[in-house]
Amino acid sequence: MKQVIRSGFLALLTVAATGIGVALAGDHRYTAPSPTVKAECGSCHIAYPPQLLPARSWRALMSDLEKHFGTDASLDPQTTATITAFLEQNAGRERSFSVQPVLRISDTRWFVHEHDEVSSSVWKSPKVKSPSNCAACHSNAEQGDFSEHNVHIPK
Amino acid sequence: MHRSPIFPLVAAVAFLVTASAAAETPADFQRSFETSARKEAAGFAGFSAQRGAAFFKTTHGREWSCASCHTQNPTAPGRHAKTDKPITPLAPVANAERFTRPDKVEKWFRRNCNDVLGRACTASEKGDVLAYLMAIGK
Repeated sequence: MKQVIRSGFLALLTVAATGIGVALAGDHRYTAPSPTVKAECGSCHIAYPPQLLPARSWRALMSDLEKHFGTDASLDPQTTATITAFLEQNAGRERSFSVQPVLRISDTRWFVHEHDEVSSSVWKSPKVKSPSNCAACHSNAEQGDFSEHNVHIPK
Repeated sequence: MHRSPIFPLVAAVAFLVTASAAAETPADFQRSFETSARKEAAGFAGFSAQRGAAFFKTTHGREWSCASCHTQNPTAPGRHAKTDKPITPLAPVANAERFTRPDKVEKWFRRNCNDVLGRACTASEKGDVLAYLMAIGK
């Protein structure tokens, strides 16, 4: 009997946790990038939704664009300021307690949780290559639409 | 007040001159690189498409060459070596937008030379690469 109660309680907890996860993730639609953000951030990768990192992470990234994940993504000061302001204004809330800001969206606990059912073979697929390649599976990623309906994992 | 009938014409010419200063041609960039290359080396003897092709297609002590993203055929679309994001063709014959905007040309040579060579490119190197790209399809 005790066992039944315990498993029932666990099941309830799971349902509650899933519910919270969905509520937090919302409908997976985010702020579309401004024209400057789309043109500049979007030339090497998709212009990632600003909500996916907190403001201090964006500030850290934008202050070191010469060394941007191994490549030089430097911009003129005016464009840097315009983009930083957009990212700060639309940033997600801080969820990390670490001293160092999280710099990769794919390192956030949220990202790991959302993608926990994606097998390692998908990440290694030549059509995906890297977790930075959102558009490989999220067909409308460029427009900030990450809804589950528009996920197509390449074969 | 009587405004001279020539005023609209002057305004139109002024607009066209301003617009053409912002939008340049590959040949304009080539001339500008040549002026700088002459200052870099007194013995400058012109750009070489052949040298530019070799420069473009080989690595320079680091992981990437220009061709890593732009492919060995600059008339074809490329892909970012890391993120796989599509890149429009680099050769002006295949993409009329290339080498028309000074801000873009400056930005991408600055970034990409730093990634490929770990330093800025010389005017001579830029001119050779542009000579190669301009020679394609001619």
